[in-house]
Amino acid sequence: MKRSFDLKAFALENIPLIGLIVLMAAVSLYSPNFLSVDNLLNILRQTSINAIIAMGMTFVILTAGIDLSVGSILAFAGAVCASMIAADTPLMVALLTTLVIGGALGAASGTIVAYFGVQAFIATLVGMTMVRGLVLVYTDGRPISTGNFDVANSFYEVGGGYVAGIPIPVIIAGFVFLICWYVLNNTRIGRYVYAIGGNEQVAQLAGVNVARVKVIVYAISGALAALAGIILTARLESAQPTAGLAYELDAIAAVVLGGTSLAGGRGRITGTLIGALIIGVLNNALNIMDVSSYYQMIAKGAVILLAVVLDGRSKTTSK
Amino acid sequence: MTALLELHAVDKAFGAVRVLRGVDFTVEPGRVVALAGENGAGKSTLMKIITGIYRRDAGSMLYRGQDMQFTTARQSMDAGIAMIHQELNLLPALSVGENIFLGREPVDRTGRIQWSEIDREARYWLAQLKQDIDPRTETGRLSIAQQQMVEIARALSMNAEVIIMDEPTDSLTDVETKILFDVVGQLKADGKGLVFISHRLGEIFQMCDDVAILRDGNMVHQGPVAEIDEDTLIRHMVGRELSDQYPFVPAKPSDVRLKVENLVAKGVRKMSFEARAGEVVGFAGLVGAGRTELGKAIYGANPVRSGRVEIDGVEMQLRSPRDGVLAGIGYVTEDRKLEGLIQSHGLRRNMSLTGLFRFTGRSGHIDKRAEREEITEYINAFSIKTHGIDAIVSQLSGGNQQKVSIAKSLVPQPRILILDEPTRGVDVGAKREIYTLINELKAQGLCILLMSSDMPELLGISDRILVMSNGLLTGSFDRDEADQETIMRCTVAGLTEGTVE
Ligand SMILES: Nc1ncnc2c1ncn2[C@@H]1O[C@H](COP(=O)(O)OP(=O)(O)OP(=O)(O)O)[C@@H](O)[C@H]1O
Ligand SMILES: [Mg+2]
Repeated sequence: MKRSFDLKAFALENIPLIGLIVLMAAVSLYSPNFLSVDNLLNILRQTSINAIIAMGMTFVILTAGIDLSVGSILAFAGAVCASMIAADTPLMVALLTTLVIGGALGAASGTIVAYFGVQAFIATLVGMTMVRGLVLVYTDGRPISTGNFDVANSFYEVGGGYVAGIPIPVIIAGFVFLICWYVLNNTRIGRYVYAIGGNEQVAQLAGVNVARVKVIVYAISGALAALAGIILTARLESAQPTAGLAYELDAIAAVVLGGTSLAGGRGRITGTLIGALIIGVLNNALNIMDVSSYYQMIAKGAVILLAVVLDGRSKTTSK
Repeated sequence: MTALLELHAVDKAFGAVRVLRGVDFTVEPGRVVALAGENGAGKSTLMKIITGIYRRDAGSMLYRGQDMQFTTARQSMDAGIAMIHQELNLLPALSVGENIFLGREPVDRTGRIQWSEIDREARYWLAQLKQDIDPRTETGRLSIAQQQMVEIARALSMNAEVIIMDEPTDSLTDVETKILFDVVGQLKADGKGLVFISHRLGEIFQMCDDVAILRDGNMVHQGPVAEIDEDTLIRHMVGRELSDQYPFVPAKPSDVRLKVENLVAKGVRKMSFEARAGEVVGFAGLVGAGRTELGKAIYGANPVRSGRVEIDGVEMQLRSPRDGVLAGIGYVTEDRKLEGLIQSHGLRRNMSLTGLFRFTGRSGHIDKRAEREEITEYINAFSIKTHGIDAIVSQLSGGNQQKVSIAKSLVPQPRILILDEPTRGVDVGAKREIYTLINELKAQGLCILLMSSDMPELLGISDRILVMSNGLLTGSFDRDEADQETIMRCTVAGLTEGTVE
């Protein structure tokens, strides 16, 4: 009796994980090749960019905010980084500068949200539009190649290289995950992030510097979007002005699939990782099954809807 | 006479926790039945089962002689059962009128809302409660007590046969309580059946006809109030004798800890007073007297316009609650639902939120073991009834939430403690525990400001009592000089002195 009860509780807590396992089992029945090491590594590599963005997004959504500007920041960061590499800037300098620029752009949205009381949706929508404009101005609407200096070769490794057979983007995403997990679960700022999403007024009255935490959260999201931009640019050996279009949607979908509440205050970074993997597996499976990309979008939407409905139901019927 | 409502052998469990066991309960027309019991005894749960918010696991319910099982609050409302919930349920952004008619707005044939009707009806019911509130006011701007009166107006406007009041008076002062009792008297005369829950036992004897007592989910007694005395009532509630409700230990004379000079802030006009370390200063006043605003101004949550605040001889500039916390001020809000606790979070996260810096170094890394130990200590010291350190706050009973709220303010180890209605919704036994705790903190040298609308409590545990009226200080008494009568006179003394904005 007691045991079966616990099992049920575990299942309710881990719907995203169970969803992922079921999905993978189903796909592997259809195509035995799916579970090959090569294909799995491939999925991980394709997932890493969305996962990195989505982890930043998790911070923002946990505070009951939203960040629509990540796609544009990704593109801008990629463009800036590519031109630095093309100008033979030392690799570390180029990478760090790009991350700082991403963080600063995020912090700017955060400041507008926190200190001017503009709704996150609006503030980051403005950010998304303006930064995309900035990208077009900066690139003149043309791709920027990373050039022929030696540094371009080492830069390529960031997006296309392997260490011990594992794609470097996957390793980076793994590190980002560990850091995010640690920050959210074991540090003061992590607690504050949850508290602000849970009830901003309570957090404020408890002495939390709500505005500062919000700025930090958007800065994290911006910096991680820039990191994703670096990886994408490195792999393509060029920055595309239209890079990252609609990436915010996949990131938000990963966060929500992972069980984080859009109302804030509740959710887990592990969930986001799983959410990103679900989307990655789905994309991969639909490709293996040769589904046309038009139908892929419909299928993806349907899965997200199903997951969210299931999750919502488990949360309201537990009374 | 047949009963309006009859429950028989009702059981309810949440997961593995059994909250009600074979409970019988009857509501008769023209009578007020008090439902008494400790925090977490199951009172609110029983009422929520009646109104269909929770489902009973077993047992039966007859309403006007018919077998009933409501599945939504709406159904019970339509059937004539109104409930005033323990926690305020108003939407702060809506107007008072909209809140009163939420979900049952009068419409004409085309479906348009009849605002004039809402306005008129709302005015009528507020007038019945002697509340001078414009129905078009935004609800969030009202004080807690006024909001409570709006809740009551909402219940009354349903013209229900059975009216359930879950701790309606815990945020009211004597004046509003009296008004409520008059209205209840009328409802009784009209033959309505009323259920009244309160931890202020005096009120039970003052206005109830019958009393039903729950202990740990068992109905241990139901009968006329006239046949029971307070000691017996308490014994039934807590299962043992309780002596000396207000244990008082006089303060030792010591240095001034808090000095407030000509403080002006929203709701506060020129307040000056001093409070010493190791002293409890009680603040009396009517609703809207400015006590809450004063407390918040000192804490940094209500911007100070002019005046000085000194702590231990050092002038302080407190511009945010954060400054207040760092200056060593602990603050317990009167509104634990909206301002005190994150309802959807666990106990640990709530309790350590303000004092998190005590468990972290410069790096911000939380020492979870130290945190767990300290939180567990508070849970034990306050006998908080919970099934774990991470239990969700909204699932605790009201009184236990209040204890969590107080513990939260103590974690940062403050020098000054501001308690705004600290025993709101707390049962007799636990109230006494809180008083004992206040005495201990006082002995440790804390300076305690106590704002309470419970007069016996103020008189019982304060060393000194200051009276506020209309944002002004209108009286200051030592413990021995203070009596209810004089204080009441001072609470209205400021009303002629113009208005506070
Ligand atoms: N939704 C819920 N889920 C789990 N447990 C609950 C829930 N609601 C109440 N409980 C538990 O049921 C018990 C009874 O709670 P209830 O709110 O009925 O107490 P009460 O008598 O009204 O107390 P108080 O005087 O403090 O308001 C408590 O131990 C509480 O933790
Ligand atoms: Mg209750």
